[in-house]
Amino acid sequence: MKFSIERGTLLKAVGQAQSVVERRNTIPILANVLIEAEGDTVSFRATDLDIEVVDKTVAQVERAGATTVSAVTLHEIVRKLPDGALVDLTDDGASGRLTVEAGRSNFSLATLPKEDFPVMASSEYTSNFAAPAAMLRRLFDKSKFAISTEETRYYLNGVYMHVADGEEGKALRCVATDGHRLARIDAPLPEGAETMPGVIVPRKTVGEMRKLLDDDDVSIAVSVSETKVRFATPEITLTSKVIDGTFPDYTRVIPQGNTRKLEVDAAEFAKAVDRVATVSSERSRAVKLALDEDRLVLSVNAPDAGAAEEELAVAYGDERLEIGFNAKYLLEIASQVDRENAVFLFNSAGDPTLMREGNDTSAVYVVMPMRV
Amino acid sequence: MQALCRDCLSVFENAPRCPDCRSPRVTAHDELFGLTIAHMDCDAFYASVEKRDNPELADKPVIIGGGRRGVVSTACYVARIRGVRSAMPMFKALKLCPDAVVIKPRGSVYAEVSKQIRAMMEELTPSIEPLSLDEAFLDMTGTEKLHGAPPAVMLAKLLKRMEDELGLSGSIGLSHNKFLAKVASDLDKPRGFSVIGKAETMAFLEHKPVRMIWGVGAAAQSSLERAGIRTFADLRRWEKRDLEARFGGFGERLWHLARGEDKRRVSAHAPLKSISKETTFFEDTSSLDILDGHIWRLAEQVADRAKAKGKAGRVVVLKLKRSNHSLITRRTSLHDATQMADRLYRTARNLFDQVGDQGPYRLIGVGLADISAAEAADSSGDLLDPQAKQRAKAERATDEIRKKFGRDAILKGRALR
Repeated sequence: MKFSIERGTLLKAVGQAQSVVERRNTIPILANVLIEAEGDTVSFRATDLDIEVVDKTVAQVERAGATTVSAVTLHEIVRKLPDGALVDLTDDGASGRLTVEAGRSNFSLATLPKEDFPVMASSEYTSNFAAPAAMLRRLFDKSKFAISTEETRYYLNGVYMHVADGEEGKALRCVATDGHRLARIDAPLPEGAETMPGVIVPRKTVGEMRKLLDDDDVSIAVSVSETKVRFATPEITLTSKVIDGTFPDYTRVIPQGNTRKLEVDAAEFAKAVDRVATVSSERSRAVKLALDEDRLVLSVNAPDAGAAEEELAVAYGDERLEIGFNAKYLLEIASQVDRENAVFLFNSAGDPTLMREGNDTSAVYVVMPMRV
Repeated sequence: MQALCRDCLSVFENAPRCPDCRSPRVTAHDELFGLTIAHMDCDAFYASVEKRDNPELADKPVIIGGGRRGVVSTACYVARIRGVRSAMPMFKALKLCPDAVVIKPRGSVYAEVSKQIRAMMEELTPSIEPLSLDEAFLDMTGTEKLHGAPPAVMLAKLLKRMEDELGLSGSIGLSHNKFLAKVASDLDKPRGFSVIGKAETMAFLEHKPVRMIWGVGAAAQSSLERAGIRTFADLRRWEKRDLEARFGGFGERLWHLARGEDKRRVSAHAPLKSISKETTFFEDTSSLDILDGHIWRLAEQVADRAKAKGKAGRVVVLKLKRSNHSLITRRTSLHDATQMADRLYRTARNLFDQVGDQGPYRLIGVGLADISAAEAADSSGDLLDPQAKQRAKAERATDEIRKKFGRDAILKGRALR
């Protein structure tokens, strides 16, 4: 195998590969990227056995062939090469080394046989549809903060993507929760997605997939089966197993009867929460919200460290209410609001609170209060 | 060289016997009256208490421990001559010493005696760090003026008082830091009084095995051995950064210990690190029903302790021992600390379900770690478990009922399994 490729193109492809490979693993070949040159394209393939990414890119192929080499090492090398350099990769087969040459730099890397590289079994997808990158970006960006890290509840370690009845007909819906907060984001259902089975997309896949979505104009080909999900741009194909478990019935978690309504400028609110939370150094900092007519007083009382209080002008017309929340959760949901005011709907100090942006019900957040 | 008679507490220039009472129990050392950090360790504490309370046992081998299936918690010196050691499985101990009198531990009695000893120590210094019921560090720095006698004399007096007033003997290690004080108390047991001075520290440690270090168990020992470290001399050949690179934070500590340095203070309020309970079964079991019942009862016991101490823990630990004594431990972090039996049970049960091992098991344990004050515990509910609030209320109500009418007044059905 022998081909020449521009450094920037190579860096992007190898960068994607090295973030998929597992840093600490006991199977050496899983640390490698499989490079295959054929015709005028070169593909870079990496896997951690749960996720597989293939990046196809154009290159000047002199001699077709394939080999595998450490993804992290190759990435480090390419990263350190000067911008705009032309990189030659040569594998002569006999020596078991891959030569990487750029300008006056020359590297020789150990390889492993391409036959040993695990290729993810292809599967039948029950549903194939195209979705704009911007839409998927919104669905996952707004929900991923609520993904649980608790290993005992593994079925919460991802985003539940499924078809649901939204306010305006069928919707493609993403839900994530860790039992303390929940995000439910809707988007218009793309054509062809009606029969899609609901799947739990693992946290790591969400992170890797996000790299495909930076470009607004790209259409992403999405394929879903009971066990796998695939996201593809013309160059990159990301295939992932989904979490084998049942996502809990989240609909009963979303409060329906919360009537006490608070409307507040989300940015001002977030800044104020951040300021008062400074005095407490505890892991779960509790912020108290004291609501009175058109007045919100945020306060933190950390017996060992100090106390803080800040008043905000808000729209609130219900009875007096005092309720506590984890400051981090409040900040996270407030930062999801970017166009209108944040609307909070409370019931009592012990019940889940609902938050949305203005009257937009296509993005709804639920957060559990804390005793303060 | 200065010397001290441990029987009559007189001080004199070194002689094989006390010039005043002719006792041979003399401790002599150049630095005897300059050292201030001590470790006091009772001699075969539980067994000694039992022998004191029942003089018929005086010359019999006595083993304190639970049942045939348990382990030896303390063996008296008569039993130790036969090879019985603490932490030895009971069946093995009884093979070595079939005529031993096995006594079930009487926890509350030992705690009471421990309190009496503690009171005596408190007359010497406020800076006491108890390690268990029967041993403690004492920092006697600056007490000489107060007592009108150097620490060594006051410590010898403490041992004498324990013998005279409580009928129990103990051993003292006196040195210039905690590590060496603890090593010293073990040198001359029982009824010992050993001193490791600054001058001889390096020479003393030289050929001693590193397993002498408190906290170096079988696992640490074998990883040290793989690095070619058996003795303190081996350890001293290592550069500090190499030890750190190989053993992490522990490596740095090893480097200092190798030179007899230990900067830890004697702290009166050592923070509580974990609360746990475990039980060894009468017969190995893999029955889910039986194990589930144990998980609940242990969770309840741990929660009771946490509640009594006003503490809560964020990490839940499950421990299982298979029939072949191999150990399985699983732990998980909760979102916020808890002291509720219900949450502890559910989390431990979840861990158990994910172990994926069929057993049979001989032991099960449940614990809480990452301990904090109870104020912030259980402060937020679980969206996905709306019933949790009711269960927590029921648990608090159960606690109140038990306070009034006793532990057995109200039980969960699963506690009977």
